Amino acid sequence: MIGADLAVLIPEIVLSIYAMAGLMLAVYTTKDGMAPALTYATAAVFGIMALFIAATANGPAQSFGGMIVVDDFARFAKIVILLSAAAVLIVGQDSMQKSGLGRFEYPMIVTLAVVGMMIMVSAGDLIILYMGLELQSLALYVIAALRRDSVRSTEAGLKYFVLGALSSGLLLYGASLVYGFAGTTLFAGIIEASEGGMSLGMIFGLVFMAAGLAFKVSAAPFHMWTPDVYEGAPTPVTALFATAPKMAAMGLFARVVYDAFGMAITDWQQIVAALAVFSMFVGAIAAIGQTDIKRLMAYSSIGHMGFALMGLAAGTGQGVEAMLIYMSIYVTMNIGVFAFIMSMEKDGYPVTDISALNGYASAQSGQALALLVLMFSLAGVPPMLGFFAKYAVLVAAVDAGFGFGWPWRA
Amino acid sequence: MTIGLEHYLTVAAALFVIGIFGIFLNRKNVIVILMSVELILLSVNINLVAFSAYLGDLTGQVFTMFVLTVAAAEAAIGLAILVCFFRNRGTIAVEDVSNMKG
Repeated sequence: MIGADLAVLIPEIVLSIYAMAGLMLAVYTTKDGMAPALTYATAAVFGIMALFIAATANGPAQSFGGMIVVDDFARFAKIVILLSAAAVLIVGQDSMQKSGLGRFEYPMIVTLAVVGMMIMVSAGDLIILYMGLELQSLALYVIAALRRDSVRSTEAGLKYFVLGALSSGLLLYGASLVYGFAGTTLFAGIIEASEGGMSLGMIFGLVFMAAGLAFKVSAAPFHMWTPDVYEGAPTPVTALFATAPKMAAMGLFARVVYDAFGMAITDWQQIVAALAVFSMFVGAIAAIGQTDIKRLMAYSSIGHMGFALMGLAAGTGQGVEAMLIYMSIYVTMNIGVFAFIMSMEKDGYPVTDISALNGYASAQSGQALALLVLMFSLAGVPPMLGFFAKYAVLVAAVDAGFGFGWPWRA
Repeated sequence: MTIGLEHYLTVAAALFVIGIFGIFLNRKNVIVILMSVELILLSVNINLVAFSAYLGDLTGQVFTMFVLTVAAAEAAIGLAILVCFFRNRGTIAVEDVSNMKG
């Protein structure tokens, strides 16, 4: 029945209604005067929804004939998305107000983006996948250009828009081919149709979809938008870009390759493995010459996506688990680092030059130590949390046969 | 000669490639990029409708409706961002979208 179908979607429905109600409320009252209250209210609603999802979790559920799938994977991803978005909103609030960006639209657009992300990770159909992805992307294009009077911010928005639209087009072209050759848009139907080998058309579709998704997770060689968008967007927005959407895109990637193409693991394994290796390489090499800490974080996120994709490439349940662990640890570390970047200032003005950190340890030894710990964790130095994330994906990949000499054996 | 599925797919593939090249080879104007994005989405629509008719399955046409709606929203947001950019920079030439590099 329709009631039972909608019951599965309660968090998404509540958030959508909240976003629209919040917009109306702010427009008809004090507009931007509502911005701080709305930001905290939004963070609270995100937290409540995360609690709600955790409290009502009992086994996998489906609605609308399998178009929406809410299983433990989706629940975990949704909770990470909600909590990270809430944390980013709270951490960024001060910096937004200070730089004159305390607009009431910001928390509402973030809410709509989060609804899109939640739909992405529970997609069970190509149409739902596309709609969720576009809801998220369209909201993010807007907040990348949130500082309307700055050349850099609008340029970041423009670049993000053009490359995002291109990647959506690639993904959609792949989806249309998959639909044509599988005869259905349902993931459950696609996996049935690919039993006993995929047709050439479906392989083409898979490759196009993988390219589109690689754009969204900013895996090399589809990473060129990331540094520019990270640098140009206002810092709190960059913090959001580096956390929740990455989790959502990785969740969607896992959904597509396991739920829809789980019968053809060997077909996509090579693509994902190549993306992973190339991303780790580009992320590490290109970060060396950076002078802007936001660009540095962009290349760091490219490298981290490579590691997360390595978990996915394993093609096992253990690999997906490792990917989820990796993403939640990555998101946590990034919130910490961006909270620090937002507090960087010189003579009262916010700066993002790495050289501004000269002599930081003698001026602010506590903060400098905290940043040191976070950076070591991002790099994966053993006693820190980041090491265990990398360890988990490496073990998953080695267990799946990606050990020494893999390219020659496979 | 009867017009079959493969003809429609060929047209769609040609449009798709034109759209991709429009984005990467165009050095003049960001509006042309927006048009190319639209071309890509329309090529997908041709694909979907052709498959839908071929398979006798309505899902493809429903998908097309959603794609059309999203394309309209995307064009609106793209133009809005472009207007903001033009106000700051005074130009919409592709080679001038280059404040950040590296």
